[in-house]
Amino acid sequence: MCSDDDVDGVHDLGGMAGFGPVLREPAEPVFHHTWEARVFGIAGSLLLAGHLHGFRHAIERMDGGHYLSSSYYEHWLTAVASLLVEEGLLEADDLQPRTGDFPMAGPMALNPVPAELSGEAAPAARFDVGSTVRVRNLHPLGHTRCPDYVRDRVGAVVRVDPLAPVPELDTHAGRRVMERVYSVRFDLSELWGDEEVERKSTSVVHVDLYERYLESAP
Amino acid sequence: MSDDHHQPAPTSDVERRVRALEEILLERGLIDPTLVDSIVDAYAHDIGPMNGAKVVARAWIDPEYRQRLLADGTAAIAELGFGGPEGDHLVVVENSESIHNVVVCTLCSCYPWPVLGLPPNWYKSAPYRSRMVREPRSLLAEMGCQLDDDVEIRVWDSSAEARYLVLPARPPGSDDLDEDALAGLVTRDSMIGVERW
Repeated sequence: MCSDDDVDGVHDLGGMAGFGPVLREPAEPVFHHTWEARVFGIAGSLLLAGHLHGFRHAIERMDGGHYLSSSYYEHWLTAVASLLVEEGLLEADDLQPRTGDFPMAGPMALNPVPAELSGEAAPAARFDVGSTVRVRNLHPLGHTRCPDYVRDRVGAVVRVDPLAPVPELDTHAGRRVMERVYSVRFDLSELWGDEEVERKSTSVVHVDLYERYLESAP
Repeated sequence: MSDDHHQPAPTSDVERRVRALEEILLERGLIDPTLVDSIVDAYAHDIGPMNGAKVVARAWIDPEYRQRLLADGTAAIAELGFGGPEGDHLVVVENSESIHNVVVCTLCSCYPWPVLGLPPNWYKSAPYRSRMVREPRSLLAEMGCQLDDDVEIRVWDSSAEARYLVLPARPPGSDDLDEDALAGLVTRDSMIGVERW
């Protein structure tokens, strides 16, 4: 299901069909099992100690079938174990004798960051509230925070946020490049076409996008 | 797709894997068990939607606080003592008669931990993450939140650093209630935006 050739990971769920109804549990507990609480606490301690760099991307690197068929805290477990092995703090062989098979995240893509997303940040803000922008149609092989469903779509900037580290470079290049983030408003019809059932009424979707994801649109 | 795809059960050996991982980390001194316990305890008991409810109730009774909250959520929420992981940039979006806000994270499960605690399973589920940006009105109705066609829906996909809290409208008939009683009315789901009164 997930090979090295996959471009957009299965975690990028916006707009996908076929998952059925949202099932809510009355009086849901914070943790459903003790093991979930332990994973959460272990991950928290390791993050506080400066480990687990690239945590989100480790979850994204999970085998697609495993990702969709396992729970949130199993995602965390897989990411924690994978990153500890990748950081050299553990060997996969340390775990397997105790547990049998211990599924790990897949390897990093060879060229995770496209050249178009590798540069320095622009010195001055390129957009302002009200600017019309188009999301560049780029499909990075590695970590990105640009959801697929807004690529090549046009929207309007509604908020300019403080500088934040560019996720692609922070995760893959160990470079903390600080850049502006914009909250961009998209009409539902721009994202999904005029035939969408909700077109009679107004609905908009806002996505927070790093400046390098955006270009000016007329 | 079968139902077990919606609420995936952990594989049978996941508990064994967690135990093995924790044992090794303890043996090697890579985790401090009291720190693990205190993190779990904080999110199990102290950091949850009761914090967000206090923020909302304060905004309902104090118009100046409401202004500060909408202008700079992080700072106004810190006035009540709330902040921490997943709370570096908190943005509060306000409902009105004609506007309804709802929060989702399509790429993972970003959520404003300092004010809502850890997210419920449905918020992290594939159905919610896939559908809220595509058919918000239908999905909200399906979840029991019926909106008239003239109410504009504003979906916020927390795809970068901002974490969103919905400020619901003050319920009708609540004029005589004090701040604590008002906080008692505020639900987690109303602050995510899947409930409205």
